[in-house]
Amino acid sequence: MSIISVRDLVVEYEGRRILDGVNLDVEQGEIMVLLGGSGSGKSTLLRQILGLERPKSGNISVNGTDITNCSQSELNKTRRSLGVAFQSGALFNSLSVKDNIALNLREHTALAPSIIDLMVWMKLAVVGLAEFGDLHPRELSGGMRKRAAVARALALDPEILVLDEPSAGLDPIVAGELDELILFLKDALQITALVVTHELASAFRIADRIAMLFNGRLLEVGTKEEIRASRHPAVTKFLNRTAVNPVHAPAVAAYLERYVQNQGAKS
Amino acid sequence: MANAFESTGKKTLDYLEYLGSLNIQWWATLRAMPVALPLVGNRHRWRAAVDQTLDIGVKALPMIALLAMCSGFILAMQGASELRRFGALHYVIDLVAVGFTRELGPLITAIAVSGRSGSAFAAEIGTMRVTEEIDALKVMAFEPVEFVLAPKYVGALIAVPCLTVISNFFGILAGGLFMLFSTHLAPLLYFHYVLASIELRDIVTGMIKSLAFATIIVQVGCLEGLRVRGGSDAVGRSTTTAVVRSTFLVIVADAIFTAIFYSIGKM
Repeated sequence: MSIISVRDLVVEYEGRRILDGVNLDVEQGEIMVLLGGSGSGKSTLLRQILGLERPKSGNISVNGTDITNCSQSELNKTRRSLGVAFQSGALFNSLSVKDNIALNLREHTALAPSIIDLMVWMKLAVVGLAEFGDLHPRELSGGMRKRAAVARALALDPEILVLDEPSAGLDPIVAGELDELILFLKDALQITALVVTHELASAFRIADRIAMLFNGRLLEVGTKEEIRASRHPAVTKFLNRTAVNPVHAPAVAAYLERYVQNQGAKS
Repeated sequence: MANAFESTGKKTLDYLEYLGSLNIQWWATLRAMPVALPLVGNRHRWRAAVDQTLDIGVKALPMIALLAMCSGFILAMQGASELRRFGALHYVIDLVAVGFTRELGPLITAIAVSGRSGSAFAAEIGTMRVTEEIDALKVMAFEPVEFVLAPKYVGALIAVPCLTVISNFFGILAGGLFMLFSTHLAPLLYFHYVLASIELRDIVTGMIKSLAFATIIVQVGCLEGLRVRGGSDAVGRSTTTAVVRSTFLVIVADAIFTAIFYSIGKM
């Protein structure tokens, strides 16, 4: 029984089809990487899995609950088994890093304040931010903010960790550290992770399986080796970083020549 | 010609749609309101509501007191220059007292609060949308209506009527100062006349208006914030629209309420 299963998902915005019959299964305890270029629909798929938007047709079940067809209270119950770190971190700017992480614990559990403090400190220590709890999100660097977002996602010890573009906008070293953190969490907590990214290096470092999304369709789902061995043209193009619309050099040269000639004729 | 009809029709539909969403949001806020009340509600929401009350109310106090004093002076002077010709200078007292409790007190307060807090609501919520904080709230199983809107609404429902009372007081005080300097009317005598000229009905209608204005300001400000799509430029636009629309709707609502109270009063 897979922990997340997506069946025949179709999503449309104003008549434009964003996701077209997507089927995906994420198994307990694996790191599934959703790989795809800009506009491939991976963020849309993520928002669907989080229940932030409703699909046109199809079903998504998370932890046994069909979230496309359930009450708000069931949805909220399912959401407590999810820990989500958004692309921008989405930490609450009015709260300190500590309070950001404590928020979930204070409101969704009946733990004593001293226990909550301890748990917050532990989560911060896991992501290596133990001494930065009192700072506000705006005082953190980009990489620290993402790690703080991961710490917040871990607050309720979720079964599924969802990370949206964890390494986007970070330098290679910090991005690498974040990859190691994700692998560490998987080993230490046996957590299931769904990671959305367009960074190849990061995807192949952390993934157990990779799902390759292109133009709203899933092209390939498989292990790293299977994806590397794929013969699908769009997959090989993405992996080899071949430009889909290459700059046509002769055309540019011809245009420049004509421009120079015109300028000469004018003067 | 057909084009003119078409665009008028579209504008009308847009407006109706806007008023519809405003009402839906208001209804949702009313249903979520108990969580932000003391004793029956959630401790954290109530604390947020207290913060909002202080923010909307206490911090606006000096500004509203000054605005009310200025308006009181203006009303007294304009009234006096006309009434003096009929030898009816003492009617200035009625003009200021009744004019403020029924009309100017609530209106000045509403316009000041709309400029100060309505725009702040739109900016805060709009930024939360842009930075995915609203989505983060949802996936952390918090209802944005309970978490963000309800405390603001409770805060405004407490703060705006209080500010209205203060604005009435300062407006009438300014009238008294004018009478003191222009006709050497003793302050105690002035307040005696004031109390004789206003009825309980005037105060009650003023309070009903101020509650309605608070509702308009909070709902318009929050709706504009929640409607933000895209980037920081959209946040800027939403604050402007929030102030323009809430001021407009406050004045329209004022006209409607005054018409209703006028026709009730005649009966």
